[in-house]
Amino acid sequence: MELWFSEFHTPDVKHSLRVDRHLYSHKSDYQQIDIYDTPEFGKVLTLDGNVMLTERDEFIYDEMITHVPMAVHPNVQDVLVIGAGDGGVVKELARYECIQSIDLVEMDEQVVSACRQYLPENACRLDDKRVHIYFDNALRFIRRRKAQYDLVIVDSTDPFGPSEGYFTREFYGICYNALRDDGIMVNQQGSPFYRHDAEAMQRSHKRIVSTFPISRVYQAHIPTYAAGYWLFGFASKKYHPIDDFDREKWLKLHLKTKYYTVRLHAGAFFLPAFLEEMLEEVE
Amino acid sequence: MEKERISDQRRAPIYEALQTFRQMRVVPFDVPGHKRGRGNPELTAFLGEQCVSIDVNSMKPLDNLCHPISVIRQAEELAADAFGAAHAFLMVGGTTSSVQTMVLATCKRGDKIIMPRNVHRSVINALVLCGAIPVYVNPEVDRRLGISLGMKRDQVARAIRENPDAVAVLVNNPTYYGICSDLRTIVKMAHDAGMYCLADEAHGTHFYFGENMPVSAMEAGADMAAVSMHKSGGSLTQSSLLLTGPNIQEGHVRKIINLTQTTSGSYLLMSSLDISRRNLALRGKQVFRQVVAMAEYAREEINAVGGYYAFGRELVNGDSIFDFDPTKLSVHTRDIGLAGIEVYDLLRDEYDIQIEFGDIGNILAYLSIGDRYQELERLVSALAEIRRRYQTDSSGLMNQEYIDPEVVTSPQEAFYADKESVPLEDSVGKVCSEFVMCYPPGIPILAPGERITREILEYIQYAKAKGCSMTGPEDPDIEHINILTEEVG
Repeated sequence: MELWFSEFHTPDVKHSLRVDRHLYSHKSDYQQIDIYDTPEFGKVLTLDGNVMLTERDEFIYDEMITHVPMAVHPNVQDVLVIGAGDGGVVKELARYECIQSIDLVEMDEQVVSACRQYLPENACRLDDKRVHIYFDNALRFIRRRKAQYDLVIVDSTDPFGPSEGYFTREFYGICYNALRDDGIMVNQQGSPFYRHDAEAMQRSHKRIVSTFPISRVYQAHIPTYAAGYWLFGFASKKYHPIDDFDREKWLKLHLKTKYYTVRLHAGAFFLPAFLEEMLEEVE
Repeated sequence: MEKERISDQRRAPIYEALQTFRQMRVVPFDVPGHKRGRGNPELTAFLGEQCVSIDVNSMKPLDNLCHPISVIRQAEELAADAFGAAHAFLMVGGTTSSVQTMVLATCKRGDKIIMPRNVHRSVINALVLCGAIPVYVNPEVDRRLGISLGMKRDQVARAIRENPDAVAVLVNNPTYYGICSDLRTIVKMAHDAGMYCLADEAHGTHFYFGENMPVSAMEAGADMAAVSMHKSGGSLTQSSLLLTGPNIQEGHVRKIINLTQTTSGSYLLMSSLDISRRNLALRGKQVFRQVVAMAEYAREEINAVGGYYAFGRELVNGDSIFDFDPTKLSVHTRDIGLAGIEVYDLLRDEYDIQIEFGDIGNILAYLSIGDRYQELERLVSALAEIRRRYQTDSSGLMNQEYIDPEVVTSPQEAFYADKESVPLEDSVGKVCSEFVMCYPPGIPILAPGERITREILEYIQYAKAKGCSMTGPEDPDIEHINILTEEVG
């Protein structure tokens, strides 16, 4: 018997992983949650049939969304993480001693409990005493907060499902408002390759550009995401992602990483021509 | 082919007949010419085969809207039962046609009809058609919100006393903003004076199904009610219901409807009424419980933002605001220094959020059967952002919404009289021969036959400057207006 998980990256492109076992399947109030065990990528978490993470390549995403802003901002104390119920981002953040509090806002409690059970490696730092988990709608949570965070990390699902609200101008606006005067917001910005994804990426980039004085996009290669090519948005009130990057200071922390390096930090902001053009179109 | 009355609300006779009809694979040598979509592949690709295949003509198994005797009749009877009416008419010309039928069925040329001035344009259009004369009961205005309220009991009583020859009283149940007059008492006053009571329930479908709602027209004993099923009821745009009470003769109403209604009633619209009625009858209570909970939640959250006032049942005063529709989400914006229409535009242009309307002092977001909390969070957050980014001093904003009109001549006479076009500024003191209104909400600022005053002109110019979308006059830029050449009696 052959058992395969397939995800449509476009109606005409399918990405498939062979499955050993279907470990978990549950329809929560918000989405369909599944966890598979696969020979090539280890355990795989999918929401509404879209791959969120695999044990094999999650380090790329979690390191790039975390270390890039952490190496720029000189003194991050209070962090807000949106989505990220799997715990991967928190795991990276928890390595920084300077951080005093991490507020995690996840709308779906079921994602967290499933990950705690089946992806303990990922969820291992959710019990860190600096971490406060709120099961709430992020828009509702953030609009009550003003100048309270140094860093906001938006680790949401695609802009076409329950996370649609996290790609809107009102969302970026309330994040801006929740950040201190030198705060940084980093978000997963989707893939620029397939047309449907690229248009969504342009729309959200345009909205971030109109909200933050500094807004740059950086990239990483993530095999199980659409086209294996992923973008992050770096939006900031004061610090420039390259000019204010303090490589010596970060190196002194002696954090061992598998993807992020101080050389890659700058390199990730250098984008291919077609992408530069797409971004300029909306800037 | 005549069929027995059915009483099971789980049935949907038009829908069932269309299902059967589809299975029969009848060969069409009749209209419509697209022949189940085959003749228009682009349209079929766009709307879907399911949809175009039931866009069919009246025929024996599907009944005929002009003279219903089988499945349409059964659907009407089921609707009547669901709404507690003596009879229900399926309407395919929008609630405009339901309103028109109410007026044409009760008023003749020269008859007086008592109504609040903040009626929908369709009511005054009906007066143009039949030549009845409006007797306006001027609604109270809430000074803070700048909105027209319901009719007070003593004002209606006075209008009835002063116009004993009037034939009907028309009531908005509720207004666009969700405000209800004391309908039971008004019905009683009208009936005691031998007048009909008609209700414009374009915004009141859910009163028939929700819990703790304001009283519905049929329950209050009104004679006719125009119900926009496509608003809170969930049916397709342009479908509507006309309800009648026991004192109204069904055949007479049918005759009036057939004066202006199409003879090719759309089965898309009729089946949508049938299916929506079934849904409301079976699940309406639960659906509207959710809608009310969402509206209450949104009110709390918007009021917590500060600056805005999302108003609700606290406004109820026992008379001009006898009751309030809790599903309505209206927000007063003047205190953040922005006109409602400006907030309306910002929501659409900056945040991709389309709300129902914005006027001078308020916005209205329409909540219904199809809403979810995640979108409400966007709306509330966008309002919070608009306040943060655009809040300004509110002292320059106009707050007067209602201007007492002087009716010089009947809408029909004014509409058909000799007229000329003059620049807006030169029209003060003249009698207007056309409508001027902001759309939405479509409540006339000026109606045919009313005197144009300086105050009204200033209001029109202010509304234009703030970006209200103005309609009515022949001149699309609303720089000229048609006035009566000679003042008529």
